[in-house]
Amino acid sequence: MADVGRSTGEVILKLERISLAFGGVKALTDISFDVREHEIRAIIGPNGAGKSSMLNVINGVYQPQQGTITFRGQVRRDMVPHQAAAQGIARTFQNIALFKGMTVLDNIMTGRNLKMRATIIEQAIHFGRARREELENRRKVEEVIDFLEIQHIRKTPVGRLPYGLQKRVELARALAAEPSMLLLDEPMAGMNVEEKQDMCRFVLDVNEQYGTTIVLIEHDMGVVMDISDRVVVLDYGKKIGDGTPDEVRADPVVIDAYLGVAH
Amino acid sequence: MSETMETLPRVLLHQAQVRGDQPAIREKDLGIWQEWTWRQVADEVRALACGLAANGFKRGMHLAIIGDNRPRLYWTMLAVQALGGVPVPMYQDAPMAELAYVLNDGAIVYAVAEDQEQVDKLVESLDEVASLKHIFYDDPRGLRNYEGLVALDAIQEQGRAFDRAHPGFYERELAAGKADDIAIILYTSGTTGKPKGVLQTHGSFLMVGRAGCAFDRLGPRDRVLCYLPMAWVGDYLFSYTQWLVAGFSINCPESGATVTTDLREIGPTYYFAPPRVFENLLTQVMIRMDDACALKKWMFRTCMSIAKRYGAELLDGRKVRLVDRAKYWLGNLLVYAPLRDVLGLSRIRVAYTAGAAISPDLFRFYRSIGINIKQFYGSTETCGYTCLQDDGDVKLDTVGKPAPGVELKIASNSEVLVRGPMLLQGYYKRPDATAEAIDMEGYFHTGDAGYFDDAGHLKIVDRAKDVGKLANGALFAPNYIENKLKFSPHVKEAVAFGHGRDEVCAFINIDIDSVGNWAERRGLAYAGYTDLAQKPDVYDLIRGYIEGVNAELALDPALSSSQVHRFLILHKELDPDDDELTRTRKVRRGFIADKYRILIEALYAGRASQHIETQVKFEDGRTGMVSADLRIETVTTYPAAAMRKAA
Amino acid sequence: MTTVAATQSRANPVPDLMVNNIEVVYDHVILVLKGVSLEVAPGRMVALLGANGAGKSTTLKAISNLLGAERGAVTKGTIEYRGARVDRLGTDDLVRMGVCQVMEGRHCFAHLTVEENLLTGAFARRAMGKSLKDDLDKVYHYFPRLKQRRGSQAGYTSGGEQQMIAVGRALMSAPSLVLLDEPSMGLAPQVVEEIFEIVRDLNARERVSFLIAEQNTMTALRVCDYGYILENGRVVMDGKASELAGNEDVKEFYLGLSAAGRRSFRDVKHYRRRKRWLT
Repeated sequence: MADVGRSTGEVILKLERISLAFGGVKALTDISFDVREHEIRAIIGPNGAGKSSMLNVINGVYQPQQGTITFRGQVRRDMVPHQAAAQGIARTFQNIALFKGMTVLDNIMTGRNLKMRATIIEQAIHFGRARREELENRRKVEEVIDFLEIQHIRKTPVGRLPYGLQKRVELARALAAEPSMLLLDEPMAGMNVEEKQDMCRFVLDVNEQYGTTIVLIEHDMGVVMDISDRVVVLDYGKKIGDGTPDEVRADPVVIDAYLGVAH
Repeated sequence: MSETMETLPRVLLHQAQVRGDQPAIREKDLGIWQEWTWRQVADEVRALACGLAANGFKRGMHLAIIGDNRPRLYWTMLAVQALGGVPVPMYQDAPMAELAYVLNDGAIVYAVAEDQEQVDKLVESLDEVASLKHIFYDDPRGLRNYEGLVALDAIQEQGRAFDRAHPGFYERELAAGKADDIAIILYTSGTTGKPKGVLQTHGSFLMVGRAGCAFDRLGPRDRVLCYLPMAWVGDYLFSYTQWLVAGFSINCPESGATVTTDLREIGPTYYFAPPRVFENLLTQVMIRMDDACALKKWMFRTCMSIAKRYGAELLDGRKVRLVDRAKYWLGNLLVYAPLRDVLGLSRIRVAYTAGAAISPDLFRFYRSIGINIKQFYGSTETCGYTCLQDDGDVKLDTVGKPAPGVELKIASNSEVLVRGPMLLQGYYKRPDATAEAIDMEGYFHTGDAGYFDDAGHLKIVDRAKDVGKLANGALFAPNYIENKLKFSPHVKEAVAFGHGRDEVCAFINIDIDSVGNWAERRGLAYAGYTDLAQKPDVYDLIRGYIEGVNAELALDPALSSSQVHRFLILHKELDPDDDELTRTRKVRRGFIADKYRILIEALYAGRASQHIETQVKFEDGRTGMVSADLRIETVTTYPAAAMRKAA
Repeated sequence: MTTVAATQSRANPVPDLMVNNIEVVYDHVILVLKGVSLEVAPGRMVALLGANGAGKSTTLKAISNLLGAERGAVTKGTIEYRGARVDRLGTDDLVRMGVCQVMEGRHCFAHLTVEENLLTGAFARRAMGKSLKDDLDKVYHYFPRLKQRRGSQAGYTSGGEQQMIAVGRALMSAPSLVLLDEPSMGLAPQVVEEIFEIVRDLNARERVSFLIAEQNTMTALRVCDYGYILENGRVVMDGKASELAGNEDVKEFYLGLSAAGRRSFRDVKHYRRRKRWLT
């Protein structure tokens, strides 16, 4: 599918020979791949192939025993998640991680925490910088609400929303941090086609309108093949394929291990 | 009124001069009510007009506008008029084929669309509409990969540059406008035939707007929520002409899904809605009351019975005993005020309904809780202005006295005839239809049958061509019966048959929200609309309600023969996309009778059920089939005399 | 679209399973199922379709009486197995009667071997000696992969193999009706195909009936005979699998196919067009 509106740029994230093990069990073995600026990069593979571990390595939750990670030209060592967030990496989770009792608006506001610069005292007395920041935060959050078309549920507690909308709110919270790279862990799991279409549209919009780079784990091959620029295939913690959707789809190794004949 | 204010854009200029810093229009965007003052609106309109001129738009050209109520779409209307062009607002929910018809009929070269949905329809129509050359849009969402479109932002940019390069251009264009220039073409769907373009001048709408503002003392402090289709005369009169004339503020909702919230936030002082909006509001209240606890239900019922007795009298300033006043005061505290607040109608000074007959029960309900809702009567052909009810002179079953400046008479066949400066110039490119509608003496034939009551109020009986006679010679007024049926929150639509027949039968459309909620509370499983509609329990529910209506009809000697004998519940919602309703949701009786002839035959043949297959048109033009076996049931009817004794 | 009346097997006097208008409430307040009715005729494969949260798992759990653990309860309606009420029976009793549920997420005993896992499935019916060996052979016949890996710890097998273990374990109780919850969840497309093939085979040869809750509408409709579509806790459509697969609404809303074929996820519009009352 040719796309006239966007083009991908330089490599901004480079993973080289990453290996990760828990106890004696190897989760990832010698994996290398890169992510270019503005691209949609999918990671696919059967359950237990190491996809979520891969995302956790990227945003610093796991420290690989071997290998190097280069993000925007800097080689990273021992990074912790909030540093990743400060560098503009945000993520969503496979299982919805929202505060169910809080409203949609408040949940999305939590995504702005990192952007808060004012001291606690300034915040407490609601003065000067704190006040300006709050207005700025609220404006950004409203932009995200508008972008994801959830105005009508602004004041609704998240727990009362259907599943598909909760997933959208989770994406909204990640976007509120204005990330330059977004890690999405199965954003469309458990959705019907209509909800998947909505989610695809928003992912594409984020990518095209804000230029956000997206790394995405997804099982629905229709979605992966339609919206990603390049696809990494993992199996048993090893990389078995890497390329454009068409290349991956035609790769006999990938077909054999993962896709099967139907695709 | 001075000559400088003889066109609508010149009225805008006047407002920008006398109240430049006051709010003219708001739109909820990014969670905040964004505001434009009169001066800002005048500037925006100027930039748009110059931008359109830069793109070749000239005096006399037509420009289509399609979308929800957005500030820039209203500004476009003004910009077009400032250049001496004619805006043609279109119904935003119409499918492509319907739009294509109007685009062709209206000789449209320029179109302004709100968003991707409307742009797609316009682009699709290009094959059929040779005249359409320019498509501009407001909201860029999803349009980044489209070619050949221009954003209104860009038009305004070009306009500002054009304005600088052509000093005096805008002023000259504005000055060239005359009161008797065509200001707008409003397409009326009509209950028969293809839509016709109604030509109205600046002068006629300004006359009507000014008279209406004076009648209800509207001024800059009033607030209006603009949410009605821009293609409808109601929106053009209330949120556009009167906005400009009175200088109040209009407020655009955030989205279709948030209108109720937005209504509450804005708290309009002046409100206009067709009966179905008031019906829907009441249905929502009733659904909530059904779910409420027993105490609340009791409180609601008790207070509502008090309201029913004294509410309207108090509103009209009539004498009510002190003890009853106290009761009402308490009811207001406990129920009416919170209810008005929930409805978003707590600040209403004047509310109007028109466009279709409103059920007296529904009307009484709103008045009884202290909302000053009134009726008026008019049509697109009369700028929506013929009769008005005055404060304190409101009757349930009339539409008020002829409005200032209107000549009205009843023809020998009871048809209502109107004459005055608010009449249309004609139907666009339809001299035949114009000649049929306006007679030699200059009277417009409304097609409605009516009469004046003793107090000089006009009472509309029905559409003249709908009124018939039963086989026994008794009057048959289908609208009247249907409105009674529709007062039930469970009945969304009703179509009564009876002309030339021995008895009256009816089709019912259930309200899916209300009946669905009812079924859920009773643990009644259903698989969807079609399934729910055919549940015996639902038939029992509806039959019970119709029996109540029959009992009321039996009390009226003139109408006792109009009791509904048999009915069926339709398997699909009547829908404008299937040509069963007009865009303003009026029943297209003839079409329905034709399409569902087999059902009408089954009703009158006394059958217990009837199979039917119906094609439905989806909003994107695809079609599908719905089929069902419809149950037909008999309803208890009451002998006229016996009921009177019992009562 | 027409709602096809649930006449799937009314000609058959006693269906294996008959769920009649059940309502399920969680925590005494949250109404999750709002009157679900369905039938599984003997020897049939029936699919229970719908999005996440539509009530598919809840329906299965209501049938096998597993709601208690999640603070849920059937508050209305009846469930009959071969003509007898089973709503009050425990899971053990159900297994002895021949109704067995394979839970979502498979739940293997990670530290036990594949074979030990399979054997746990036989406990409920207290099978002994020769028949136990026969049953094990039967499972291995259908799942040759499990035979290869019989000595491996289940925790080290792939997701697909764990799903096979879970189904195999259910077979060990010699069921006549298996309730299968999301068998394709998290599996590679290829493995999903394989598992459904085996299930189809089991159904054809062993005459085991299946009620399969599945989000993967396309695959489920291909292997099943009949389907029910749930939305918001109620059945919104049911019919023969072939009819459902051909239904325009199902195609569009569950399979993402329109009359012009599947629409790319890249070309989705910013607005929806759908007759609300048809849902």
